[in-house]
Amino acid sequence: MARAKRSPRRSPTGRVMVLVATRKGAWLYHGDPARRMWKVDGPHFLGHIIHHLVLDPRDGRTLLAAAKTGHLGPTIFRSTDLGRTWKEAVRPPAFAKARDGEHGRVVDHTFWLTPCHANEPNSWYAGTSPQGLFRSDDGGVTWAAFSSINDDPQYRKWMGSAQDGTPDGPKLHSIIVDPRDSAHLYLAMSSGGVHESHDCGETWSPIVQGLEVVEGFDPANIAFHDPHCVRMCPSDPDRLYQQNHCGIYRRDRQPSTWTRIGKRMPKQVGDVGFPMVVHPRDADTVWVFPMDGTSVWPRTSPQGKPSAYVTRNGGKSWKRLDAGLPEHHAWWTVKRQAMTADAQDPVGLYFGTTSGDVWMSRDEGQRWVCVARHLPEIYAVEASELR
Amino acid sequence: MKVLIPSPLLSYTREKEVDATGTTMTELLADLDRRYPGLRFRVVDEQGYMRPHVRFFVNGEQVFDMTRALHPTDAIHIVQALSGG
Repeated sequence: MARAKRSPRRSPTGRVMVLVATRKGAWLYHGDPARRMWKVDGPHFLGHIIHHLVLDPRDGRTLLAAAKTGHLGPTIFRSTDLGRTWKEAVRPPAFAKARDGEHGRVVDHTFWLTPCHANEPNSWYAGTSPQGLFRSDDGGVTWAAFSSINDDPQYRKWMGSAQDGTPDGPKLHSIIVDPRDSAHLYLAMSSGGVHESHDCGETWSPIVQGLEVVEGFDPANIAFHDPHCVRMCPSDPDRLYQQNHCGIYRRDRQPSTWTRIGKRMPKQVGDVGFPMVVHPRDADTVWVFPMDGTSVWPRTSPQGKPSAYVTRNGGKSWKRLDAGLPEHHAWWTVKRQAMTADAQDPVGLYFGTTSGDVWMSRDEGQRWVCVARHLPEIYAVEASELR
Repeated sequence: MKVLIPSPLLSYTREKEVDATGTTMTELLADLDRRYPGLRFRVVDEQGYMRPHVRFFVNGEQVFDMTRALHPTDAIHIVQALSGG
C-alpha cells in the first residue's frame, strides 16, 4: 500500500501549547517558536482530578476539561478563551436512570475527550469510567449517552464489572474519528476490546482478530481483551497502531488483522506499556514507552531505566531513545494519555510521568529535556498547535 | 430552611449558608439545583444516590434516605467525607 510521503509542515504561528492534566489540577505550557522556552499558565482547577484536557483543533481556542474532585461527582468544564475563564457543563455525561429493581450504572469520571469530525464543529465524544460513550453537539454544555454501547446487553457483558478494569476503574478510551468520514469511528475499552462503527455509533463491531490475551484465556471472548491505547495514522487513516496489555500491534485495512509488531522489541524490555504515539506525516513511524509487565506487574520503567522506543518501518525494528533521560533509579512510568506529539518538523514529542515531570524532545526523540518538575501525578499530556 | 455548604461547593453558592425549601432531601436538592445549577449532580449521582464522599446531616443526625421528611425549621449540613490524599 502506498504511504503518504513526508512533507515539512509547521503550524501557522509556529507555537505549540502543551496541556497537562494531573491528579491535582491542570497546567498549560506555551512554547516559543523554537520550543525551547515554555511559559506556564496554571494551576487551573487546583485540587480537581483532571483526567483529560483537550484543545479543539477546529477553532484553536476552545478547551474542554474532564474533572472531578475527591468528594464531588464528575463534570466537564469548557473555556472559549484558552483557559482564561471556564464554564461548567449543564448536563455532564451520565448514564440512563435504571428502572425500578434494576441496578443502574454511575459515571465515576470522564476519562477521554475527542473532538468530532472537522465538519461537525461544536461536537465532541467522551469516554467514561466505567465504560460509557457520550456525545455533545453544543460544545460540551450537554451530553447524550450512546445506548448502542452503554445499554447494549452484549457490550455490558464484555465490559465486565468494576473489578475487571484498571485500578481506578474500567475505562472507555481511544475514541477515534476517521478524517475522511465522520460516521467511521473506533473506540477501545479496558477491558472490553477494540470496536468499529460505520454509522456514527449506531452500531458497533469488535475488531480483535490477531490480538492476544492473557495466557490461558480465550481470545474469542471480547471481555478478555485489554487495549491500553489505540491511535490512527493521520497520513494513512487505514492504519491503526495499538499498545495493548499483551503487546504492541499494527492493523491495516487489508489484511484487517492485528499483527504483533512488539515481538521485535528487546526481550529484557518487553512490549508492555500504556501510550502509543503516531507520527503526524509518516505512517511507518510510531513511539511507545515500555513499562515493566513482568511478575507482579510493577508498571514502572523496566529496570528503573526509562526510555521511549521508536520504529520507523512499521514495527520491523525498534530503536531505544533515552538520551537525556535518567540512566537509572527512575521508577516512574507514563500513562496511556500522557505521551503525545506535535505537528512540527521535526516532530516534538512530549510525555508526563507518574512522578510529575514533563519531558519533551525537539528532534523526534533523539534527545529529551525536562520542561517541568514537581507537578502532581500526570494523567494526560496533549500538544496542540496554536493559530 | 438553612443549608450549610461545604467548601467544595462554594464555587456554586458563594456562601457558606444558603436557604432552600423541600419536604424531602430529594426535593431540597432539586431546589438547591434550581438556585445553583449543577450543584445536585456533584453530590447525588444519576441513579439518585448520594455520592461516596458526600454526607447529609439533618439536625446533627446523618441521613441516608433521600425520601426522609424535612421540616422548615430543620438545619441541613452537607459535609465532605474523608476521601484520601
